[in-house]
Amino acid sequence: MTHAETSPTLHGLMAEFETPTALVAATERARLEGYRNMDAYSPIPIEELSEALGLPRTRLPRLVLGGGILGGLAGYGLQYWSQVIAYPMNVGGRPFHAWPYFIPVTFETTILGAALGAFIGMWALNKLPMPYHPVFNVPAFARASTDRFFLCIETSDPRFDLQATSKFLESLHPLGVSEVAA
Amino acid sequence: MTSDTTYAPPEDLDARRAMALKVGAVGLVACAFGYGFAPEHFFRSWLIAYLLFLGIALGSMGLLMVQHLSGGAWGVFRRVFEASSRTLPLMAVLFLPIAVGMTSLYPWSHPELVQNDAVLTHKAPYLNSVFFMVRALFYFVGWTTIAWTLSRWSRLQDEGDMSVNIKLQYLSGGGIVFYTLTATFASVDWLMSLNPHWYSTLFGFLFVGGQGLSALAFTIIVSTFLVRRAPMASLFKPSHFHDLGKLSLAFVMLWAYFNFSQFLLIYAANLLEEIPYFIARITHGWQYLAIFLVVFHFAVPFSLLLSRDNKRMPHRLVWVALAILVVRYIDLVMLVSPEFDAAGVNLHMEAGEHEGGFYLHWLDLAAPLAVGGLWAWMFFTQLAQRPLLAFRDPYLRESLETTGGH
Repeated sequence: MTHAETSPTLHGLMAEFETPTALVAATERARLEGYRNMDAYSPIPIEELSEALGLPRTRLPRLVLGGGILGGLAGYGLQYWSQVIAYPMNVGGRPFHAWPYFIPVTFETTILGAALGAFIGMWALNKLPMPYHPVFNVPAFARASTDRFFLCIETSDPRFDLQATSKFLESLHPLGVSEVAA
Repeated sequence: MTSDTTYAPPEDLDARRAMALKVGAVGLVACAFGYGFAPEHFFRSWLIAYLLFLGIALGSMGLLMVQHLSGGAWGVFRRVFEASSRTLPLMAVLFLPIAVGMTSLYPWSHPELVQNDAVLTHKAPYLNSVFFMVRALFYFVGWTTIAWTLSRWSRLQDEGDMSVNIKLQYLSGGGIVFYTLTATFASVDWLMSLNPHWYSTLFGFLFVGGQGLSALAFTIIVSTFLVRRAPMASLFKPSHFHDLGKLSLAFVMLWAYFNFSQFLLIYAANLLEEIPYFIARITHGWQYLAIFLVVFHFAVPFSLLLSRDNKRMPHRLVWVALAILVVRYIDLVMLVSPEFDAAGVNLHMEAGEHEGGFYLHWLDLAAPLAVGGLWAWMFFTQLAQRPLLAFRDPYLRESLETTGGH
């Protein structure tokens, strides 16, 4: 396998499909063929697609858990600091550290932390915001957000070969195959 | 989907059924023996065990109605819910020891106590022996009618009558309201009135939420048994167990939420009428049981059920479900037993029936065997009577897709 003909100005090769089923089938074939650096684009969520792409499981749940734990500790800590250390006040003869009262706020800040973890984590893991992405150089790609399904095999894949990959994509009976300028 | 498949229950179901009956018989003998020595203890233990298995049956009926209304891939477990809910006639029979033991359990059933107690006199129009029995009869007639009607229409659906589909939904809508209201009243009658001076408005929801959790745990256990055998091995998918796991997580949180809310309100108000309930449960050794419940009824199952793998793999989920059933039982012990302990400033103490701190009588272990064995026998009998899959359910095709529709 030579990489000589791979142009440095090329991001990859993109095939266009009409149905989600065709996209999933094509992705599975490409993976069987040995391609790894590829991505699929669809206007609707397709559960099978992540599996077909062989994507590793998302790290988002761990970020959400971490955010939740931090939020909970911060919420409890804030109340402990204000009620016990900074401004202790006798309310109905209860102890300063009346923990049952702290639980609702701790619960709320746990949720807040987890939600922030999910929100910020999702942006970070998706590398957003991303002002430029080469796939938009293909005019047909405009329909990726309405009714067309795309599979892009990238030049960074060790098995990428302009002629062979192009031939392989054509064999999947797409609507068309386009070169994606980097 | 092929209509030639009968979805017949696995062959070794009969062996389980026979074993359940044997366990029930041994438990009954032990209970009869215990009744001879310590009738007071027998009634308390029977009440605890009875409420655990009643909770599975009623909670299953509630979840069945939720499923008819909401749809969802977990509808593949409908036959398990239906079989559980058809055990309710047996539960009506097993209620008899509680009716017989009324005077041992409920202080308001002692006329001389009621006479000398202004609160009990005030509550007597509701809390009296005759009305107690009339209400119990009303609950059981209502519950059994709903459960059997849902099952009958489900059978008509199997036979191809599609006109029942909408009727199932209508009955479920009304049935959920009826179930929630009657179960709330039943929780007052059978549990809260153990201490007739005490009241909590959250108690009914706590009771119903606990039943939902017990029913889910039991359904997970039975479904894990079924998924290891033909014909369900190829039909129950990880995504279906994922749904049961997610629902269990929600019910674990619901239990914690209701319990903590009840505790916080009573702690904050600090009223003489309400606070003895918690004093009885955080002193004289009961506090360790309270901490045990916070850890094992909430923290541990909550953490375990957060994991996606633990929810999707039946062989892992089933252990969480078994543990949940055990702590459901301990939760009921916590609701009942401290009321008969000296730690609680209550009417049983005045009547001279008290222990010295935390106790667990051997009958507390024999009664669940008796009630549970008989109940499981009835459940397996009912489960074997129908195809294990509601194969003409209009939403079933979607539920059985590889990823499981949601």
